[in-house]
Amino acid sequence: MKSKNQHTILKTKNLFIGYQSKKTTTIVASNINLNLQKGELIGLVGGNGVGKSTLLRTITNVQPILHGEISIHNKPINQYAAKDLAKVQSLVLTEQIASKNLSVFELIALGRQPYTNWVGNLSNQDLEIINKAISQTNIESLKFKRCFELSDGQLQKVMIARALAQDTDLIILDEPTTHLDMYHKAYILKLLQKITKETGKTILFSSHEIDLAIQLCDTIIVMTNTEVICDAPCNLIEKGTFNTLFPKDLIAFDDKTGSFRVKK
Amino acid sequence: MSKNYKYNFIILIIILVILFFANVSLGSISIPFKTILHSFFAHAEDYTRQEYIIQNYRLPKAITAILVGSGLGISGLLMQTLFRNPLAGPFVLGITSGASLGVALLIMGSSVFGGFFATLLVSKWSLVIAASLGSFLVLLTVLIVSSKVRDTMAILIIGLMFGSITAAVVSVLSYFSSAEELQQYIFWGFGSLGDLQWKELKIFAIIYTIGILFSIASIKALNTLLLGENYAKSLGLNLKQSRLIIIIATSLLAGTITAFAGPIAFIGLAIPHITRQIFNTSNHRLLLPAVFLFGAIVMLICDSIAQLPNTDYTLPINAITSLIGAPVVVWLLVRKRKMVF
Repeated sequence: MKSKNQHTILKTKNLFIGYQSKKTTTIVASNINLNLQKGELIGLVGGNGVGKSTLLRTITNVQPILHGEISIHNKPINQYAAKDLAKVQSLVLTEQIASKNLSVFELIALGRQPYTNWVGNLSNQDLEIINKAISQTNIESLKFKRCFELSDGQLQKVMIARALAQDTDLIILDEPTTHLDMYHKAYILKLLQKITKETGKTILFSSHEIDLAIQLCDTIIVMTNTEVICDAPCNLIEKGTFNTLFPKDLIAFDDKTGSFRVKK
Repeated sequence: MSKNYKYNFIILIIILVILFFANVSLGSISIPFKTILHSFFAHAEDYTRQEYIIQNYRLPKAITAILVGSGLGISGLLMQTLFRNPLAGPFVLGITSGASLGVALLIMGSSVFGGFFATLLVSKWSLVIAASLGSFLVLLTVLIVSSKVRDTMAILIIGLMFGSITAAVVSVLSYFSSAEELQQYIFWGFGSLGDLQWKELKIFAIIYTIGILFSIASIKALNTLLLGENYAKSLGLNLKQSRLIIIIATSLLAGTITAFAGPIAFIGLAIPHITRQIFNTSNHRLLLPAVFLFGAIVMLICDSIAQLPNTDYTLPINAITSLIGAPVVVWLLVRKRKMVF
């Protein structure tokens, strides 16, 4: 991998991920070496069941590491206190929030929890950061709506604003474009790209929108059953990596358009 | 936004104060407001009959009503948020079932086991101790079993299962016991606010206050849990610790209330719903004090009605809480057409 004089946010070294129970260890993917740079938009693509979610769950410390190391700012993630980890990485998950009765503002304000006092008082600085997150995601008009009133696309923007309010160097999103129409898929990913450019934050998201990811991402992590490759989209196309993603009987990757075509 | 809530709180506090004095004044004989005030300045030796009734019977009862209503409401709120379940109440952890098992053993145990149980006298204090021991032991079992599971929902199911087991044991006990003992057990099950002396009330109030302090300490965690457990964790919340504090708060509140006032039904489930519908918020910094006030208010109203003013009869408080509370919850849900949760 070519060395950049940029700052590395997240790094994995010989990482093995998977599930461990009392009797057996299931390795989902092995020998993962990633270097996520500051200010980059990184897409994580791969077929169903290759372990995208497992990788994200391991990076976010929801699931223990089987072997190897993950470090953020050169510090292994399992050495972070829960509250300190919440100050360097924030999440947008696929699951629904428990209470949809929260107003958009209240929901985004909850992103400040790692910084607020024991009862959750918002300081002026907190309010400033919340309002900035709201304007960065263009949801001023939704501010006082309740979450059950929002469409899926609006809710996704709100959840991104909440992650922004958490003010972390790394934002991780698990399939942020599912349930969205084609326009909103592009809108959300474009918004993520804008955020990385404007704020210098690093954003890692998993997605099945490979053609959109190729157009928008700085780096793409391609996960197959055998290996995990991380490179710039054009290099991956050149190497023909995308053709290894799926069985070859139905679809094939078209280098010229940068998208998959159904075989005739 | 918060200004509106300020007025709401002021109005609720005024209602609470008015109801408190109304509750003290009403009963088998009505006592005028002047006498109530006067009783505070009289010496205990010089109490008139009415002043004696106020100081030694009605005041402790009204304070008990406030503690019971607010305590059950708050513990219900904690459980509903922790389990993200609108049907959860203060007793999902097996506290009432434990208490009823303890009391059932005390009252009916002698018929079944004879010997040791037959020597126990069924007095106020022995009931309190039996209820506390019972709820403590069942709660402890539920918590030990729950600590083996990671899923919060599983705790809910485990609590329900232990409730069924204790209910079954109580059924077996009642099958073998005499009609007199059964009646005594059923009377305990009606709940009662009026049995406490100042001495008992002090102990009750101290444990209650500790429970409330634990609840206040978990306000931030409760708000974070509104996002769901995974989001809460990603925000740096120590889930295990917060869950423990919430459960301790509920156990202290619901446990002492059941020990001193019997298994008061319904309030713990209904008050959080009434409060959410009226305040239309999920923010626990508002909900907690609001539930406190609504709980106290509803309990005072129920108690005033249960006294059947100017008659010599007193209805079981448990029947009144459901008779008054259930229609209110239904009416609120129908009127707003949407459940706030």
